[in-house]
Amino acid sequence: MSAHARRIGAHLTRRARWRWSEIAFWLAIVALIVLFPSRDALINEILVSGLFALSLDLILGLAGVVSLGQAAFYGSGAYATAILASQGYNDPTFLLLVGGIVGGVLALVTAPLLLRGSDLTRLMVTMGVALMLGELANRNAWLTGGADGLEFEMRPVLGLFPIGFTGQRNAAIYSLVVLFLLFVLARRVKQSPFGLSLSAVRENRLRAGALGIATHRRLIGVYALSGAFAGVAGALLAETTQIASLDLFDFHRSADVLLMLIIGGAGYLYGGVIGAALFIVLRDVISAATPQYWEFWIGLLLVVLVLSGRDRLSSLVERTRRMILPNTARPEVPK
Amino acid sequence: MLTILLDGVAYGMLLFVLACGLSVTLGLMNFINLAHGAFAMLGGYVTALLMNRIGAPFLATLPLAFIVPALVGVALERTLYRRLYGASPLDQVLFTIGLVLMAMPVANYWLGDSPQQIHLPAWLQGRIEFAGVGIGYYRLFLIVICGAIAAGLQIFLVRTRFGARLRAAVDDPRVASGLGVDVDLLFAVTFAVGSGLAGLGGALAADVVGGIDPAFPLKFMVTFLIVVSIGGSNGILGALVGALLIGVLDVAGKYYVPSIGAFIIYFVMVATLIVRPQGLFAKGDGR
Repeated sequence: MSAHARRIGAHLTRRARWRWSEIAFWLAIVALIVLFPSRDALINEILVSGLFALSLDLILGLAGVVSLGQAAFYGSGAYATAILASQGYNDPTFLLLVGGIVGGVLALVTAPLLLRGSDLTRLMVTMGVALMLGELANRNAWLTGGADGLEFEMRPVLGLFPIGFTGQRNAAIYSLVVLFLLFVLARRVKQSPFGLSLSAVRENRLRAGALGIATHRRLIGVYALSGAFAGVAGALLAETTQIASLDLFDFHRSADVLLMLIIGGAGYLYGGVIGAALFIVLRDVISAATPQYWEFWIGLLLVVLVLSGRDRLSSLVERTRRMILPNTARPEVPK
Repeated sequence: MLTILLDGVAYGMLLFVLACGLSVTLGLMNFINLAHGAFAMLGGYVTALLMNRIGAPFLATLPLAFIVPALVGVALERTLYRRLYGASPLDQVLFTIGLVLMAMPVANYWLGDSPQQIHLPAWLQGRIEFAGVGIGYYRLFLIVICGAIAAGLQIFLVRTRFGARLRAAVDDPRVASGLGVDVDLLFAVTFAVGSGLAGLGGALAADVVGGIDPAFPLKFMVTFLIVVSIGGSNGILGALVGALLIGVLDVAGKYYVPSIGAFIIYFVMVATLIVRPQGLFAKGDGR
């Protein structure tokens, strides 16, 4: 190995190391769960949405693919869980796996649709797939319960910890564990050669192809992975709330998760969780004051954010983040 | 059978008036305007309020349903939208979703969330039987009005100097501006007309969709986008074909196979985009 390659190797190893600030981030979440037992349902929602936003970060942040249809995988994961659970297969760990597989396979099947056309085509196709699935779920009420949704019972996690309305704290801890494990996986993927090649594809697809990266296969791969993450997030939501409803496929789910990721910042993996926390807390606070009009403030936030330049805001985030999490190189937000 | 076809055509024509502004904005500036439905809502509200509060006749309100959204459109275009030309599609989508999210609570705040009904004048109610085919007067009225608008726009685009400039700018804005076309001004005017048409469409649609309510921009945003992405961004013809296709398929689908509902139009969109990612009438397709 040449000295040059060794130096790059050492740089990548250094970059892959866990930093104290990252450990502190996760410990802080544990502390929140322990300190605010009355808020555990909200914390759980943040963690599940954070996982969902993380799944979007995999395609948007790492690969630069825009999507308005991430709810397709979220909803499918949740419904796969709900349907199996109402049939009596209600072991949470098993169902998470099922949700992940369903989301992943669905993404794998629909991924070729993403490879052609402009960003607008991609936005429309991803949105169309989610809406189609929602309509299917709506029309096959014998399976999905239709507009009433599907309620079911859950067995305790690992046969020990009951989750749901009687075990809000257990549910939050369970979600945290799942989120953390998948986060570690996403972090690993980002630093793997596969993840590095995705950065190349995001920065310049033509050039990445010329360098010998099989861009199409990489994009399909990461899209399937993202679908699997979203499927697990959906399964987790279904398990911890013990209901699956049609609005999981709604356009506003896909839009909300995009907003969360944008608010938190795309591309450095923590953005999803941070954005989900900000979005949900903001919604909670504003809708406590003006229940009907909270959307207005989110809209205003978005307009101001885009007009003042997302870059400027994310550079602010970046500077703060440097203070908190030094030395984690962060790729540019995709254009 | 023919009745359904005519109903579908009427709905399609309506969709065309609603969506053609979006199609031109998209073609001219590559701008993804998800807030287009908000202008349609504004037009619908103008008509509904004028009729319900001061008892203005339906036809007299229509010009205002065009003018008010057009003015609001040009004001927004000059102040906000223009900053985002050339921004990434993601930014445009976020910005316009933000506008929609703001427009809905504002409408809700001033007017409440119950739908504002439009009561059609007596001469537009009822049906006519013609050679065994029944059609509502209002449907017929829609086909005539919207057909006239489509024809008028097409003639305007093909025959006038402004139309020629616009087509040139849609085909290639850079070359057009190099040849002395004021693309900036062109776009402001087009944006105003597009917003105005959306408003007019909203006013005309109010009866068909059961009243205008604050959720209108979001409910129909998806439909507009489907029309535009199927038709492609090549101006009038693409939008017209896309709108008619979706209108007929939607009405026929809901009548013949109600069990799959709106599935059919989503399916048609995805299938179209798989075969032709730029839509049926893509830009630079060699007219």
